Amino acid sequence: MVDVSLDNLDAVVAQCVGAISDASSLDSLLSLEAEMVGKRSPFTALQKSLGSLSPDERKSAGAQLQAARQRVEEAFATRRTSLAAEHRIAVLEADRLDLGDVVSARVRVPVRAGHPGIISLTQESLEDTFVGMGFVVAEGPEIETDWYNFEALNIPPAHPARGMWDTFYLDIGEPETVLLRTHTSPTQIHLMEEAVAQGTLPLHAVMPGRCYRRDTPDARHLASFHQIEGLVVDEGITFADLAGTIETFTRAFFGPDITSRLRPAYFPFTEPSAEFEITCTICRGAGCRTCSQTGWIELGGCGMVDPAVFAAVGIDTDRYSGFAFGFGIDRCAQMRHGIADMRAITENDVRFLELFS
Amino acid sequence: MKVALSWLREFVDLPQDISSLVREMDDLGLVIEGVEHVGEGLEQVVIARIDEIRAIEGADRIRHVIVDAGNGPVEIVCGATNFALGDFVPLAPVGAVLPGGFEIALRKMRGVVSNGMLCSGKELGLGDDHSGLMLLTHKPGIAPGQRLIDVLSLESDVVLDISPEGNRPDAWSVVGIARDLAARFQTPLRDPARPGSDTGAMGGARASIQSPELCGALLVAELSGVVVTSSPSTIARRLEMAGMRSINNVVDASNYVMLERGQPTHPYDAAAVAGQHIGVRRAVDGESLETLDGVTRVLGRAGRGWGDTGIDCVITDGNDAVIGIAGVMGGASSEIRDATTNVLLEVAFFDPMTIARTSKRLGLRSEASHRFERGVDFANALTATARFVEILSLSCPDLVWVATQRSEGLLPELPAITVSEQDVERLLGTAIPADEIARILSALHFSVTIHGASVSVTAPASRLDIRSGVAGRADVIEEIARVYGYGRLARRVPTWSQPGGLNVAQRFRRTVRASATGMGWLEAWTPSLISDEDFSVVAPEGTAVRVTNPLASQESIMRTSMLVGLTDAWASNADRGHGEVALFEMGVVATHPSDTSIQRESAGGVGGATRLRLPVETSVLSAVLGREGDDARVAVASVAALAERWGLAEYEVRSAPGLPGWHPTRMAEIIDCGTGTVFGYVGEVDPEVVAQRSTRVIPGQRLGFLQIDLNVLSNTQKVLRRPLLTPVPSRFPSVIFDLSLLAPKLVSASVIQRALRSSSPLVESATLFDTFSGGALSDDIRSVTFAIRLSSDERTLNEDEVLIARGQLLAAAAAAGAELRL
Repeated sequence: MVDVSLDNLDAVVAQCVGAISDASSLDSLLSLEAEMVGKRSPFTALQKSLGSLSPDERKSAGAQLQAARQRVEEAFATRRTSLAAEHRIAVLEADRLDLGDVVSARVRVPVRAGHPGIISLTQESLEDTFVGMGFVVAEGPEIETDWYNFEALNIPPAHPARGMWDTFYLDIGEPETVLLRTHTSPTQIHLMEEAVAQGTLPLHAVMPGRCYRRDTPDARHLASFHQIEGLVVDEGITFADLAGTIETFTRAFFGPDITSRLRPAYFPFTEPSAEFEITCTICRGAGCRTCSQTGWIELGGCGMVDPAVFAAVGIDTDRYSGFAFGFGIDRCAQMRHGIADMRAITENDVRFLELFS
Repeated sequence: MKVALSWLREFVDLPQDISSLVREMDDLGLVIEGVEHVGEGLEQVVIARIDEIRAIEGADRIRHVIVDAGNGPVEIVCGATNFALGDFVPLAPVGAVLPGGFEIALRKMRGVVSNGMLCSGKELGLGDDHSGLMLLTHKPGIAPGQRLIDVLSLESDVVLDISPEGNRPDAWSVVGIARDLAARFQTPLRDPARPGSDTGAMGGARASIQSPELCGALLVAELSGVVVTSSPSTIARRLEMAGMRSINNVVDASNYVMLERGQPTHPYDAAAVAGQHIGVRRAVDGESLETLDGVTRVLGRAGRGWGDTGIDCVITDGNDAVIGIAGVMGGASSEIRDATTNVLLEVAFFDPMTIARTSKRLGLRSEASHRFERGVDFANALTATARFVEILSLSCPDLVWVATQRSEGLLPELPAITVSEQDVERLLGTAIPADEIARILSALHFSVTIHGASVSVTAPASRLDIRSGVAGRADVIEEIARVYGYGRLARRVPTWSQPGGLNVAQRFRRTVRASATGMGWLEAWTPSLISDEDFSVVAPEGTAVRVTNPLASQESIMRTSMLVGLTDAWASNADRGHGEVALFEMGVVATHPSDTSIQRESAGGVGGATRLRLPVETSVLSAVLGREGDDARVAVASVAALAERWGLAEYEVRSAPGLPGWHPTRMAEIIDCGTGTVFGYVGEVDPEVVAQRSTRVIPGQRLGFLQIDLNVLSNTQKVLRRPLLTPVPSRFPSVIFDLSLLAPKLVSASVIQRALRSSSPLVESATLFDTFSGGALSDDIRSVTFAIRLSSDERTLNEDEVLIARGQLLAAAAAAGAELRL
């Protein structure tokens, strides 16, 4: 490379840029870079020599030099990008494999036990318990509208009760119309609408699924979580059936020494409403830290379907009545396995995943 | 809400045993979140007189004090300085245990022995004052040795932290809670408040409602002779036990009435209210007010929230200037000052929904708005006013209630409902006689008439949560059940003739999960919401299904693929030294409506009146294979094993242009041969993506990846299954030979395999067992070798039959573009 002086800057830059665009590999580009703009390059030497100039001269010479150097460095960046892309294509091409040609018999994998996730395991065993009690299983979408998630469930727009659910809204439609469901209850509305449209009442269903709340995750809450919800709509259904169903489920799922009790609560979509508590599964009712010495732990909510909900889906309340209940699948799993911090469930640590079967 | 038990006992006789009271309250839906014993531990604290104060050598923060606590001089070391000789202060002697469990011990500081501790208000659990000792010098009749609890008339008390049902308007007050308890214990409710008597409208103040739909009733009491001072200790103490700070006697009286009766009131300095006029109207768009907290609030303008009308209700003065946001917060200009002598007290009923919307939009939630948005008891506004006057009179002996101005707006109608024994039994499954129903409802202050087996009731103004019609009947029955006791209601296990069970798709999904774990994979759970950066990896051209109000930017877009989530899950294990693992996940991915031809519409918006196009959700199985030796080949072989287990008829793995995030030259579509439906993809994660996500990636580490669309897969019309009627394998020996073919690299082995399989009815199977390229073969050709098995159900095949079949095999191979390798 020729010596660089302030007089031949343009020519040198042109020469450099030409050489750079001719570089055929990332390696050669790297050595060119050391040669042209590195510590021992003429550019650096010229830079050092500027010290002997007067301050005014130094300023203008420095600016010229800097601009020239920048043009060279830009050429490097451009060439580097295109060489990297070429390199990637070449590497990928060399790696090409026709997957139609795979010889299964030649594939060897280590033998290792697989494990279902703790949430699926718990969900399946909850489903099985309810199936044994005569329920079918139904599912609904995770992305819902305000109508299904709120209004049809007797939670009108701007109603203070909407504040009970911290909702993630989506940038679709008018503000706050499309959202990630905050509970599995909208599936109830879909089921009842379908049953009314097809004339297939009564309904006895449980609805498991993933829900979302705008809640900062902590030891007991995750921003997305799983719920299971039950709905019975039939003739002659009373609060006694609700209490009996909760009790049967509790004993069947948690064991014969675990019992349930109901206490008044408020939910917009049921009336009367109740919270249901079960014997603390840690101390079996004796009183411990988990249950704040009460012997009981809260599991979920339930109640008789509110007439306003029946009105929204067009079910005749003179003929039908119904009950609904819901609780957290994650919470059941947490209680069953004594998991102190729920966040372990989303961390996918192999050492944790391998514990469940 | 926190309430002192002594306050409740003023209204109703309660059992002595706290734990049984807590049980009954829980059972009434007045859930007890906590029980706190206060005032205990003060029994040993005595009054001490300061007799001598000496400096301690070398100490400038503590002093040597000699006090008389009734039994001669006691030496104490004290850090406070706010006292002088002759002052009376509380002394906790050695051995006393203060509230909070702090035990006083004999201590020696700088060589001086301290025989106890002189206390501040805070140390005694009597307020927040920690600036110095509690000075009791001015208490009449004070003398050394008296007990502090006698001097202050302190009784130990119990504070109940009650969490009532969210919609109850009445239970956020002492009187409302007491009413429930009186109904449950079947004892009378005593109300210490005197019913207010109207003083007439003679004074100079004015009240006017200009927006009757926003304000149902407005009462303005004009009070003179007010002296702003501190509250009597009983009042201040009750407020403090309720978690409110004592401010001054006027504000305290207002808070006291709110806690006791559930009616928020607002006291104005009459001198600061132009024209002595309190008006209520709708805010004009863009109007603003500086509220008590010093923030300027813009009013009358709809916020982002769906259903927010932008209607705010404001309080105005005689010049029509805004001086308060009705029911939410007052303005700074007219608040009570030390010099206030005349007070205008506003007692109102505001439209609950208006207050709810305003307080939500402004993010201003106050004790008052909390009550107004549930609906306050408008029938008792005058009683609340009288109670305010009574409480304030305790500290203002010259207080005069000069006049009362009233203005009327539109009040909600109180629903009239008929409930029969049959209605109750039909909903609860328990028979409750009409007279019991009537007793419960009258104890809750419903007006009640019995007609045989039914009861006609009208809800009290304290219960605006009771609706009309069929819904109202359910509300009333809940009240009956609540007081009757949920625990006493019947239980029955219902039965029905319809069978329970899983449907075909649900059973299939279980098969999928079981077969995935059967492959030795672990089930993971990765976030459904991903970051912009991750979205650009898997869907650079895609339209994001974006969360409007994400908690964190890393979780702001609904995932379109599990590729990044599972790769991250693998990488986090690899970084911990546990990369020898295959992970799978079954869950939902979403596609923005503008990125798919599939239509998903749903009712939405107010009244469900709008059709909205929603993202399409797809249920997916994905797996990332990161064990040693894992790659696209292992992924393809895994798909083969799964397809076998799922009973698929025939599918083909066909190389396809890369999806974003996948290895571009090592991926393929999985296609049903019968219908041509693509139901999944198989291949590897793009090595660049792997390198970005793991800090400890081993060179040459490949991540096999697969993704199966479970919606399509479980549709047996789109992905065909093997027929249910399956031929029994032939009992005659099979003829086995290899067939080595040369085929262009463009022709996939699976295509040739399919051609071979269908070439002759005698072909039992054709299995690829080797491929070879290079050597003498030209670049675009490779050799594929199949193991062929021929057999017949009827007989052992003879040589001619085998030769004919071999010819058919070769003809079929030729048609597919492959020829015999010689």
